[in-house]
Amino acid sequence: MLTALLLCAVALLAVSVLAVLGYGGGRRGVAGGAVATTLVYGGCLAVSALAFVLALAALLGGVTAGLTVPLGLPWLGAHFRLDALSAAFLVLVTLGAAGASFYALGYGQHAEAPMRVLPFYPVFLAGMLLVPLADDAYAFLLCWELMSLASWALVLAEPRPEENARAGYLYIVMASFGTLALLLAFGLLAGPEGHYAFAEMRGAERTPLTSALVLTLAILGAGSKAGLVPLHVWLPLAHPAAPSHVSALMSGVMTKVAVYAFIRIVFDLVGQPEWWWSIPILTLGGSTAALGVLHALMERDLKRLLAYSTIENIGIVFIGLGLALAFEASGYRAAAALALTAALFHAFNHTLFKSALFYGAGAVLTATHGERNIERLGGLIHRMPVSSAAVLVAAMAAAALPPLNGFVSEWLAFQAILVSPDLPQWGLKFLIPTVGMLLALAAALAASCFVRAYGIAWLGRPRTAAAAEAVETDRFSSAAMLGCAALCVLFGLFPGLVIDALAPVTEGLVGARMPAQLGQAWLSIVPIADSRSSYNGVLVFLFIVASAMMAAAAIHRFASRALRRAPPWDCGFPNLSPSMQYTGTSLSQPLRRVFGPVVFRSREHVEMPLPGSVAPARIVRQRQDLVWEFLYLPIGRAVGRATEVLNHLQFLTIRRYLVFVFLSLVLLLLGLGLWS
Amino acid sequence: MFLVLLVAPLLTGLVRKVKARLQRRRGPPLLQPYRDLRRLLHKEVVLAENASWLFRVAPYLVFTATWVAAALVPTFATGLLFSWTGDLIAIIALLATARFLLGLAALDIGTSFGGIGASRESLIASLAEPATIMIVFTIALIAGSTQLSHIAAFMASEDVGLRVSLAFALVALVIVAIAENARIPVDNPATHLELTMVHEAMVLEYSGRHLAMIEAAAWVKLVFHLSLIACIFFPFGLAQNGGGLVAYAMGAGLWLLKLAAGGVLLAMFETSIAKMRVFRVPGFLGGALMLGLLATLLLFISGSF
Repeated sequence: MLTALLLCAVALLAVSVLAVLGYGGGRRGVAGGAVATTLVYGGCLAVSALAFVLALAALLGGVTAGLTVPLGLPWLGAHFRLDALSAAFLVLVTLGAAGASFYALGYGQHAEAPMRVLPFYPVFLAGMLLVPLADDAYAFLLCWELMSLASWALVLAEPRPEENARAGYLYIVMASFGTLALLLAFGLLAGPEGHYAFAEMRGAERTPLTSALVLTLAILGAGSKAGLVPLHVWLPLAHPAAPSHVSALMSGVMTKVAVYAFIRIVFDLVGQPEWWWSIPILTLGGSTAALGVLHALMERDLKRLLAYSTIENIGIVFIGLGLALAFEASGYRAAAALALTAALFHAFNHTLFKSALFYGAGAVLTATHGERNIERLGGLIHRMPVSSAAVLVAAMAAAALPPLNGFVSEWLAFQAILVSPDLPQWGLKFLIPTVGMLLALAAALAASCFVRAYGIAWLGRPRTAAAAEAVETDRFSSAAMLGCAALCVLFGLFPGLVIDALAPVTEGLVGARMPAQLGQAWLSIVPIADSRSSYNGVLVFLFIVASAMMAAAAIHRFASRALRRAPPWDCGFPNLSPSMQYTGTSLSQPLRRVFGPVVFRSREHVEMPLPGSVAPARIVRQRQDLVWEFLYLPIGRAVGRATEVLNHLQFLTIRRYLVFVFLSLVLLLLGLGLWS
Repeated sequence: MFLVLLVAPLLTGLVRKVKARLQRRRGPPLLQPYRDLRRLLHKEVVLAENASWLFRVAPYLVFTATWVAAALVPTFATGLLFSWTGDLIAIIALLATARFLLGLAALDIGTSFGGIGASRESLIASLAEPATIMIVFTIALIAGSTQLSHIAAFMASEDVGLRVSLAFALVALVIVAIAENARIPVDNPATHLELTMVHEAMVLEYSGRHLAMIEAAAWVKLVFHLSLIACIFFPFGLAQNGGGLVAYAMGAGLWLLKLAAGGVLLAMFETSIAKMRVFRVPGFLGGALMLGLLATLLLFISGSF
């Protein structure tokens, strides 16, 4: 099983090489590009579908396998291992990869420069496939960097020079910083003897200080990749800059690989957690969820909005992880299993609905020749019926509405919060209700956010000619979207399937599992006990569908079914133009006024001309990302100043350099002498 | 389930009647909402030219989501047959689904009215919903369950006592219920002036049977909130499971009385207060949110508050 999965990764790398060779040696031009596109994405689809089947079989069959490949460091080799946790994340990765490859069979044909995407795409997939399998620090970091660099190349792929250059620069800086943090974390875990294999790290004894440092570095390293506030600044720039199927992968899958890294280090490698570890995680998770969705509400760029929504969902996942850690530290294993299941389930759900949403955004881009501003869209539901239906389902799942899957995982998180008064620590007693409120706020704001995103971009009347002439997307793209939307419905109706599949993961990490759900009557889910709480997606769905059908049938049968089309009500003011509709900015104005002054320090400046003047009235809005201003800019300036000072070192004489060498040698020896 | 549907227009009629009497008007007859409904159902639908399928489907879904939510609240007896289908959080989320769809339908036509309604509704909802969740937390922590039947049974038993947190939760829930039902001082159900409209602005383009569905959903929602308050905070007279026909009849009668009392109180409250500016509403709802949070915090600190 493990060997087969590794071979899948190798096959992906081979596809990449073939893409380069085939393109270099074969026909060039448009036809060559189309053939190469089909071959690469077809190959990726086949390999990831195969890997998906393998990973699913491994997860359900409870396969654990280890393998040492004689690659990498000469006397160590690269260790790979498959266990329940990695199998669960592999299912997620390969499902997202298969969906994106399938989508790209259609979407990729519209790429302007396919060769800037095709060689890197399979490498990116291979990187994400290998990270969960890695079983030593060296292999892990190598695969992690493979994933980071390939995705960096993909961020730079779209020909939008200035924007993408900035996004790419910020991304590579943050990615390097994250890898550095992970490298240090693994260094601390490995100890002075250098036990690089995970198996040796698990058993090692550590001081509380070392463990705390590892936790901090894991939050920095994995959090910067996942997009935790305040490490999120690169994400809304980099994710949308890539082609849409890659955006879907980066948002839906790569952030989950980061979550995997965090779980692997904190739940598995470090050993028994302390209760206070959950405090930073819960705080960061709660603020990430609320801030992410508030940013999404203010955003006008369709893909960037989705990227901010990713940040929100990562926050929810980390809330679940923080709760699980708190429960585990206090010995409430069943509750820890509940919280961990909520987090993992939400990660899985987010992959599904965010993929569908990014595919939908890609379809909009193709249909309107690259229009990403929602203020210039509108009325797409008439022109793109299939995509609009799929995106609607995904948006409802993202807004955590029943009976879809996003609701179930948030419901589980709420249930986990409701068990937490049992925790003895006072700090948590104050923190958890607040985090619960932030979670509820994020859920409510997410609903507003998706009403806005869907209502402005897909409903109403077209605001530009490009939106008015949009055409439905190709068959592959709509099939991929519909597939993801169908899975959102499926796991919303039958969440027990996922919960039971995740049981071996929670058993491995926190030593307990949620009660088996598939045996429950009527397929409802019962996290703790019957008398406490239960939810049944199927019945809710059936009730709604049945009564809606009944109501509609009864009304059409017994009352009127007449229908007349007429112009909308215009208050007697003729010629309503599409530009007189509410825009996304005006729709979120009340929320901006309520939250803006605190969160974004937003200001509005209105300039009204005097009566009789023909000058236009102007309104200027200002919004700042406080994190950027107070954290990143000072750091950036400090780095700039430091380089200026150090720049002098470049122009010294050879004698001075020799003096420096001598002095540093003395210092090092001195340090060594004092240390022992 | 059908009972809720039957009672809903009557309750709205009652509220309207009491309000009118308080304003020294005679007011429409109690049964007027039924007649409105019948009239609307028999009229043709005048559909805006660029309405999509979503606009036509939404009324039915909004109505049924609200209806299913209302049907999951124990009205006059605990131990509903399907009470395990969804707990209180799921019920709240069902209402959120209805609101989501209504907001989309409002934006579908592409007029400013729909936009203004959706925009303000999203402001109100994004504060009211967390407040509701905090109230749910409070109640669930006291009753040890989010299952409404169990909560009602627990609240009806002796071991509840007087609690600070419950008082907070009650006040918060009343505020939320007022906001969610588009009542004064948050919204005015009788207004047709665009500056003051929230809910009415969203449904402005609806007519005929679609409007009937939307109106019915609003009425059912009022019954839902009053039943919820009654079932959690005033659960006396709820028939226990298998209590026999007499107990059920008693419970039903008491439930109707409770609804009537709630309706009268609502009408009196609405008459005695002026409508707020839209940007005063966040303060009002923020109060509910903070009360809910405070109640939950108290319970986290000690179960006996």
